[in-house]
Amino acid sequence: MFSTLKEKVGEVLLPGDEFSFDTDDTISLTEHVKPEKVVCGPGLRRSGDRLVVCKSGVLRHKQPNLFWIESQQRRYVPAKGETIIGIVTIKSGDVFKVDFGGSEQASLSYLAFEGATKRNRPNVQVGDLVFAQFAIANKDMEPELVCIDSSGRANGMGVFGGGGLLFKVSLGLVRRLLTPHSEIRSDLDQLFPCELVVGMNGRVWVKSSSIQQSLIITNLLQSSDTMTASQRQQLFQRVKQGPL
Amino acid sequence: MMEVCGSSNVTLREFGCEQSLLSRPDGSASFIQGDTSVMAGVYGPAEVKVSKEIYDRATLEVLIQPKVGLPSVRERSQEQCVRETCEASLLLSLHPRSSLTLILQVLHDDGSLLSCFLNAACMALMDAGLPMSCLFCGVTCAIDADGQIITDPTAAQEKQSRALMTFAIDSTEHRVMMSSTKGSFSVYELQQCIAVSQKASEKIFQFYRDSVRRRYSKTL
Repeated sequence: MFSTLKEKVGEVLLPGDEFSFDTDDTISLTEHVKPEKVVCGPGLRRSGDRLVVCKSGVLRHKQPNLFWIESQQRRYVPAKGETIIGIVTIKSGDVFKVDFGGSEQASLSYLAFEGATKRNRPNVQVGDLVFAQFAIANKDMEPELVCIDSSGRANGMGVFGGGGLLFKVSLGLVRRLLTPHSEIRSDLDQLFPCELVVGMNGRVWVKSSSIQQSLIITNLLQSSDTMTASQRQQLFQRVKQGPL
Repeated sequence: MMEVCGSSNVTLREFGCEQSLLSRPDGSASFIQGDTSVMAGVYGPAEVKVSKEIYDRATLEVLIQPKVGLPSVRERSQEQCVRETCEASLLLSLHPRSSLTLILQVLHDDGSLLSCFLNAACMALMDAGLPMSCLFCGVTCAIDADGQIITDPTAAQEKQSRALMTFAIDSTEHRVMMSSTKGSFSVYELQQCIAVSQKASEKIFQFYRDSVRRRYSKTL
């Protein structure tokens, strides 16, 4: 199965496509047989002894044995450890309810901020944006967010300051922005300095020296979703030469 | 444009599809079969009303909007056909206590409308990235007065036909998932129509694959 899977890396697969274990009829007694292990990422499911694709998209592979389907979708489904940008909607007692664009609202305890104690409450108002990560993300339970890492540090998470602009892009673009040595990010670096916060839920917050520049970045990112690399570079080049 | 019979060569009208053409829904698609055209939008997994909440799977709602006027009994029965097909192919248990809404808007009806609904629905669900165990497609067959089987009939051919049947066929085993029939026909004719539809479904699934491949061509 490992070899058949590897052959398909980079190809577009559809739901219902299957991979089956090709078991050898003869087992060597002298040679040490290494069991084939495959780790299934998003879009792949194990059904009995077969591997079934359940989302349309491109098959990707990471050494040594990780496979997943890269798809373009808009609705976010929470996963543990992912960082997102949420909007505080309700403040009730000791928890905040945060809207992150999923199927239900996540809860965020007031103690889950850096330096927060029972006496020293964080200053969070309804309508504020928070950058947080999922501590619990389970299909059967209410998702729970925290604004601290495992050592109790904020590590970049917390409530957003004033200014800036929030907009939405597809989840595929977000993942492309967050990959190490992302091409889109390096293209954007050459334009003008800006502060960019990218949430895995498709929300992007941008702050630049002027509103005009923030709006340009917003439009560029939203349009680069459906562009090839060369088209994008052409567009960025045009903006760079523009009267700004 | 399309005259068919026998199970050897099946001809369908020209069909086309566009995915994620709407900006607001989570997934959208338009499907065109000859002059029949349907647009589909999917929202979900989203928040669900408490009264419609199911504790171990997602609630699927299908709404069919006719070209003019309000949805009537005919639309209701078509909604049920589409919903039950979608429920069978979607892995709803992966998103418990959430809602999925599928809206199908008729743009033009020139026969084979139910099969066009099914095809548009499948493309939109795929575009939304919802987990599915298999794909499905719809094929409509008409039997005319001479007993000839016509696949993907136009509205005029539907009117002249003695019997009209629509099948939903899955992509893995090419089995019938749903059937909706009208008129009188023999058991032999039914079996023949199923065979013809299964043959035609292969073409549609190949088209699905090509159109999804084209969609992802920019990020390959």
